[in-house]
Amino acid sequence: MTDPILTMTGISKEFPGVKALIDVDFRLFAGEVHGLMGENGAGKSTLIKVLTGVYDIDAGDVTLAGEPVRFGSPLQAQHAGVSTVYQEVNLCANLSVAENIFIGREPRRYGLIRWSEMRKRSEELLARLQLDIDVSAMLGTYSLAVQQMVAIARAIDISTKVLILDEPTSSLDPAEVDQLFRVMRQLKNDGLAILFVTHFLDQVYQISDRITVLRNGRRVGEYPTAELAQVDLVARMIGKELAVLEQLEEQPKRSLAALESTRPVIAAQDVGRRGAIAPFNLSIHEGEVVGLAGLLGSGRTEVARLLFGADRADRGRIQIDGQPVTIRTPRTAIAHDIAFCSENRRTEGLVEELTVRENIVLALQAARGWSRPLSRRRQEELVGKYIQALRITPTNPEILARNLSGGNQQKVMLARWLITEPRLLILDEPTRGIDVGAKAEIQRLVVSLSDGGMAVLFISAELEEVLRLSHKIAVLRDRHLVADMANTDDVDADRIMETIASGAST
Amino acid sequence: MRATLSTMSKHRLFWPVAVLVVLLLSNLAFTPGFFRIEVRQGQLYGSLIDILRFGAPLILVALGMTLVIATGGIDLSVGSVVAISGALACFLISKEADQNAFSGVVWAVALSLVLALVLGLWNGLLVAGVGIQPIVATLILMVAGRGLAQLITNGQIITINSSPYEVIGTGYELGIPIPVYIAAVVTAAAVLLTRRSALGMLIESVGGNAEASRLSGIRARQIKLMAYVFCGLCAGIAGLIVSSNVHSADGNNAGLFIELDAILAVVIGGTSLLGGRFSIGGTVLGALIIQALSTTIYTIGVPPEITLLVKALVVTAVCLIQSPAFRAKVFHRRSRPPAQAPADEQPKVEVPV
Repeated sequence: MTDPILTMTGISKEFPGVKALIDVDFRLFAGEVHGLMGENGAGKSTLIKVLTGVYDIDAGDVTLAGEPVRFGSPLQAQHAGVSTVYQEVNLCANLSVAENIFIGREPRRYGLIRWSEMRKRSEELLARLQLDIDVSAMLGTYSLAVQQMVAIARAIDISTKVLILDEPTSSLDPAEVDQLFRVMRQLKNDGLAILFVTHFLDQVYQISDRITVLRNGRRVGEYPTAELAQVDLVARMIGKELAVLEQLEEQPKRSLAALESTRPVIAAQDVGRRGAIAPFNLSIHEGEVVGLAGLLGSGRTEVARLLFGADRADRGRIQIDGQPVTIRTPRTAIAHDIAFCSENRRTEGLVEELTVRENIVLALQAARGWSRPLSRRRQEELVGKYIQALRITPTNPEILARNLSGGNQQKVMLARWLITEPRLLILDEPTRGIDVGAKAEIQRLVVSLSDGGMAVLFISAELEEVLRLSHKIAVLRDRHLVADMANTDDVDADRIMETIASGAST
Repeated sequence: MRATLSTMSKHRLFWPVAVLVVLLLSNLAFTPGFFRIEVRQGQLYGSLIDILRFGAPLILVALGMTLVIATGGIDLSVGSVVAISGALACFLISKEADQNAFSGVVWAVALSLVLALVLGLWNGLLVAGVGIQPIVATLILMVAGRGLAQLITNGQIITINSSPYEVIGTGYELGIPIPVYIAAVVTAAAVLLTRRSALGMLIESVGGNAEASRLSGIRARQIKLMAYVFCGLCAGIAGLIVSSNVHSADGNNAGLFIELDAILAVVIGGTSLLGGRFSIGGTVLGALIIQALSTTIYTIGVPPEITLLVKALVVTAVCLIQSPAFRAKVFHRRSRPPAQAPADEQPKVEVPV
């Protein structure tokens, strides 16, 4: 093999209270897809941000194509040939596709933008990614997958050496993932070095040539993908036995009959909202986990938002404990002991500039009102309990929420709602974008909460997860709730997929 | 961990304090007796006392502004509220048969503060109730309020001669000017109100992430409303001090441009204009910096026609020094060469923003 295009040696990076990277080495070769794996907080994001000049390095060296480099900003990194496409697409939805691709470097003549040239070159670029769309339409009108492609098109047009994809697949459906992988293979054959960060084990095996594993800010090792068995990879990532995970896998399907004999905690009848979700019926009983399955954009989140009052239903009735109620705002839902963890934890969940402690007590404090503050001691007691129970790291409650990794932020969100002791917990994609270890912990938590009598509405794009946890599965398709089935032994992923595909109730 | 926290909290107010100290010290070069405080007839006199005394209205207005800005809003109408409350108080007193009657003054003060409160409520309703953008909503009262003040004074400058009222702006107690007491009491009240109840945290949450706050069940409207009401009340109190100081009400010029100084004080104090985290201590320091700057400009004898320019230049410098990004650019060169040093020996890095 030739020399690596990019080497990082002895990289260290420390934030107040957190050693994010400790003496990490990393290499990347031209013409390869390199998977960067690790649990939340292992240092993946920090490594990428250090590489692209978002953060300064405390110690260590970086060389690009044999030259020592030190980027002071993402712009410098881009000019040197290192571009990043982040997990949350950071383009402007209100600009056109072409404008997004060329923003800040529009082709000009006499200081004026040459629009036709810009459109033509955008079309050429996207054609290279086998994407044929109207480049003068607003970016926001396209699906997330297309937006991701546009971000990639922008990145490869700027730089030609190294492309970093940070969790690009976390919000894509399987067909879109295939499309992305096709593009990645093509770019790889063109000689680009691609650094691919993901939490999906299957995907890293599907696409990557080599894997580097990080754990707790240190490098565990670098392996050719073909020589590393999946189970070994997981063991290296979490650094412990897989017994916990397997235990969950082997759990028998959960039975429904006993649960459904009681009165439902919440029953929605003919509830709907024009333009969001067609009228649906859904009931959830004490101790029951109801899974919502369906493709991205099929209306899963909309169901949750109507039940929580985040959006107002324009028709239908909701009963709680058999009593008719009107849920117009989240506040009324919370008063009825409903909790909702949004899938967008950064925009709809965390208040990033508040501390972990403040984020955790927020919903409970909001319910009490401003004039009845929780005493500092009570706050610390509650927060300490949940930091320990959910294993939130770092354990210091006074750290700003923004400095936590994704999985730990998710746990903070869970803690916020668990201390309100809800009777119905709505979880929208609680395991998206987080690692295996944290994922297993959250799944186990859902099981133990429902065993304790909590009703749970569980939304996930991963069918296996839905099948593993749910007593009952509701399937959505094109903003209709098309089926509502008990999760018996003969229900499996294929059956649900068929239901999604055919739209027929079985 | 506790040590890290204390260094961080120190950090937050470090630059405002440093700027204030430098500003005060620089006066020494021009006025040797700048720090001298004399006792004359049992009252304290000196430049430092003057800064506190004349800075009191700005501190008050900036306090209210801090809470409003922390919710993600802004209140441009405070200057008009200053004028209106002063105008109403002076108007009511001027109608009294005996302007020195204590009860009449109390009545006038109370009514003026109630009016200021109502004006704050008006702003709050426009912003939180109707949902108008804060800058537009408060612009209405900023412009219309001057008219309202003119209406109360009938377009004239009302001059009064009421010794109980003059105490508010020019009186002394235990050697210290009354306005200083008022500013201190309101500051303490603001700290108690926000930090001893959950109001401060909820304000920061609403300003930091409005949607997340709504989904957590926070009554954002109520929180915002309270911030604007408090802001109106603070401006009203400031208006009383200003008019009492000059024994008259001037609907046109009282509190003119004070909203800009107040916003500046809040920003210098470290509260982001985008909302979220706020610092009451920082705001008080910021207001004192601005007042000290004005005093400095007068005492060192900058020609009147260029005072505004000098002020602008100093304020620009202060803002740049406060900016971590600017400091990093100008002063951070040293961290480049010793790249091999182990991480532990490196200075603590600031939290990335």
